[in-house]
Amino acid sequence: MDDQLPILQVVLPLLGALLAALFRQRSIAWLIALLVSWLSPMIAGRLLFLVLTDGPISYQIGGWAPEIGIEYRVDLVSALFLLLVSSISAVIITMARRSVSQEVAPEKTAWFYTVYLLCLAGLLGVAITGDAFNAFVFLEISSLSSYALIAFGKDRRALLSAYQYLIMGTIGATFYVIGVGLLYSQTGTLNLGLIAERIGDVESTRSVLAALAFIVVGISLKLALFPLHLWLPNAYAYAPSVATIFLAATATKVAVYLLIRYLYSVFGAGFVFSESPVTEILIVLSVAAMFGASLVAVFQSNVKRLLAYSSVAQIGYITLGISFATVTGLTGGLVHTLNHALIKAAAFAAVAAIVFRSGKVRLEDLGGIGRQMPLTMAAFVVAGLGLIGIPGTVGFISKWYLVTASIEQGWWWLAFLIVASSLLALLYVGRVVEVAFFREPRGPVAAVKEAPPEMVVAAWVLAAAVIYFGLYPDLTAGLASDAAEILLGLRP
Amino acid sequence: MIPAEMFLAALLLPVITAASIPLARCWPNLRDGITLVGSALVLAAVVALASEVVGGARPRLHVSSVVPGLDIAFAIEPLGAMFALVAGTLWLANSVYSIGYMRGNREPRQTSFYVLFAIAIASAMGIAFSGNLFTLFLFYETLTLSTYPLVAHKATPAAMQGGRTYVITLMSTSIGLLLPAIAITGYLAGTLDFTEGGILDGTASSFVLAALLGLFVFGIGKAALMPVHFWLPAAMVAPTPVSALLHAVAVVKAGVFAIVKVIVYVFGVGTLATTGAGEWLIYAAGFTVLAASFVALRQTNIKRMLAFSTVSQLSYVILAAAILVPISVTGAALHIAAHAISKITLFFAAGSVYTAAHATEIKQLRGIGRRMPWTMTAFAIGAFSMIGIPPTAGFLSKWFILSGAMDTASWVAVGVIVVSTILNASYFLPIVWRAFLSSPEVAHGVSPTLDHGEAPWPIVLALTATALGTIALFFFPGIPFGLAELVGGW
Repeated sequence: MDDQLPILQVVLPLLGALLAALFRQRSIAWLIALLVSWLSPMIAGRLLFLVLTDGPISYQIGGWAPEIGIEYRVDLVSALFLLLVSSISAVIITMARRSVSQEVAPEKTAWFYTVYLLCLAGLLGVAITGDAFNAFVFLEISSLSSYALIAFGKDRRALLSAYQYLIMGTIGATFYVIGVGLLYSQTGTLNLGLIAERIGDVESTRSVLAALAFIVVGISLKLALFPLHLWLPNAYAYAPSVATIFLAATATKVAVYLLIRYLYSVFGAGFVFSESPVTEILIVLSVAAMFGASLVAVFQSNVKRLLAYSSVAQIGYITLGISFATVTGLTGGLVHTLNHALIKAAAFAAVAAIVFRSGKVRLEDLGGIGRQMPLTMAAFVVAGLGLIGIPGTVGFISKWYLVTASIEQGWWWLAFLIVASSLLALLYVGRVVEVAFFREPRGPVAAVKEAPPEMVVAAWVLAAAVIYFGLYPDLTAGLASDAAEILLGLRP
Repeated sequence: MIPAEMFLAALLLPVITAASIPLARCWPNLRDGITLVGSALVLAAVVALASEVVGGARPRLHVSSVVPGLDIAFAIEPLGAMFALVAGTLWLANSVYSIGYMRGNREPRQTSFYVLFAIAIASAMGIAFSGNLFTLFLFYETLTLSTYPLVAHKATPAAMQGGRTYVITLMSTSIGLLLPAIAITGYLAGTLDFTEGGILDGTASSFVLAALLGLFVFGIGKAALMPVHFWLPAAMVAPTPVSALLHAVAVVKAGVFAIVKVIVYVFGVGTLATTGAGEWLIYAAGFTVLAASFVALRQTNIKRMLAFSTVSQLSYVILAAAILVPISVTGAALHIAAHAISKITLFFAAGSVYTAAHATEIKQLRGIGRRMPWTMTAFAIGAFSMIGIPPTAGFLSKWFILSGAMDTASWVAVGVIVVSTILNASYFLPIVWRAFLSSPEVAHGVSPTLDHGEAPWPIVLALTATALGTIALFFFPGIPFGLAELVGGW
């Protein structure tokens, strides 16, 4: 059984999508999605356990060796992302049923779950595959299904945002596949491991440099690196709430995984960070994201858009960590990927519950919502504290690594920029908190009740994770630190 | 009970109290009873703990290691025991007072008020017992977060603005300056543990150390060293028990406590004295003492005047610690306690006047001493202690600070103390004078309501107790003095 786990990880959601499409009945579709989403983290957890005990797992599809066939490769880094994506999906689907029924047209609900499972399969596939072209296929499966997920939103602007995302996402995918083509022309293989072995001989050629540029830009579009983030705020704002939670917590994170994989495993840190100005470019863009997007978030009146801009800013912290190319910095980038996924999932889950009860997303309509829905808003506050980086939450762990990494490099100014930008998070989180708790509930909000139990529980499971991994981060920061050492080649 | 259990009790009892209050939200008497029982138990625990610490006990507890280098750990030493003793004692007094005040003024949302208050006390205990900078920072932030809703409690636009100023100032200094200071300390010293003699000896040039000290003292915004003081007057919109919490029980005391702790246990008095990295702090603190007194002199609102008086008095503590000799460090520790008990008396009196006579301005206090003799006598005792007139606690701590300044021939500090004493006298004594000796009829421009007597009895009880405490601390310094002596290390 253990031998087949890598393929099951991807096939299960694909099969689930097929079944959901065949049944076309919304409660059955939800049950299938629920079953798949609960089995996936179990597989991912088992894979992580196997990786920790026996080292990386290589799975050859159809028994074909890597040079010809496709290899699935699970190492510590990919196992971490598999577990992240699948666990978040499990929590989200559990709370999804009523929210989806309310926000998606009844005849399309079964399709929503179908597309959701396709998206899940794509995201898990990107994290597990060891093949450059196969990664492209999965990236497109997940992207195409995300466009559809966004377009399910009832607001007509959802269509436009999905279209925007489609255009940008397709450009990103094209760039990526051009880069892969160039790599193939130079190394004669699509297997990531083999590319990494052979690239040493050809790494100073222009083709390889061009491949690096195309791949980094392509993936940066997918992960919404500032200033390539323009698709993201609308996409998050107008998608159905459940889709927003899922995409915000997982889609950009998997793109981060792919970026880390290429920069550190395929091209190699030694080449990328010494031969090309990736560090400088990433630092500048990351800092611009941290300040620019946070500042925009402060002035948003739609809570979903506010959180979306905050995501762009938080991705800046992640790419900043990646750009250091030191163990502490890369650990910070990796751990913030996990941490931010938890934080944003908790925040958007709370927002989903608020939308479910009140139908409002604009700040001025939400006065006093915290008094009507104290449990839900408390989960939001915990997520907000995570965004600010209060000690005791996961956000602090990320920030500590990033600040320490800057000081280790002697870049004291960067340490101050990191903490200064997190103060902007204080402002945008504070705005929501103030409106929610210190205004008298009026109009429709005054009649709102606490969210249904499954939504409160889901938001609180995520919020509890924000606190738990802030105090006991062995599973996040501990493993991320090991993963960073592996990626930098300091241990096998 | 062994010392470790006492400090766990002091730390966890407020948490348990906070958790049980919402269960009794439908029965106000039971709810307020829970606060009283919780705070009485905490008082018992901190008194027992403090006497153990005077006897030489130094309990430690390592809770968990978050990431390598960041530990949640507790280690009790005399200064922390002193702060816990202050916070624990005054929480009980403040709880009695709160019940009278909140009911007397029919404040809304009393349940969340008491819950947040208890969480704030738990945070203060966490700060007091912290064994390293990370643990201190953790509880420092929870203290800010739990007190922010208390400051904005009234939910009026003014209250929200005050709350905003409060939380933004405190968090931007703590995240923007204190967190980098901690990270740099960890990088330089390789540890964040509070250690006798400090951890930074010989790790950096005196310029870097002076800059790092700057990050710490301004990063700890709760100590209200100018120019990071303006949040304190802004937070005056809060209900009076919250002002008392801010000024006496926990918040600003946590600030000066943290600064003294950093000077003594992170830098080390010896390191600072030999490198001269702390010399600038005497001037910064001295400036704040005088400037805040001048501003206080010009205030017309009672609570704002008291707020600036607090800013001034806090810098006495910083000044005393910056003189860097054992006797002045003892004075700093003692002044934390002395100022706390006298300032809470003053705030209790101000709140009592507000509850009974709805007076908020200084000129409305004319002749009020005749109708509210208990309140205004307590106010007078608190004021004497602020000035440093015996037999009050304020005299004692000022004496030690002054001796330290004389010993080291730090004439700047001596000058600051003398001038500020004159200033303190000139804004406190006229109030006391008019309250008792002027008749209310001659007050022009305002027509005082004359049909009031004393405030509700819990208020009077609380302020009488703290006023007596102010005097008792002079005659029987006992445990606080023992602790302060140990902090100075002589």
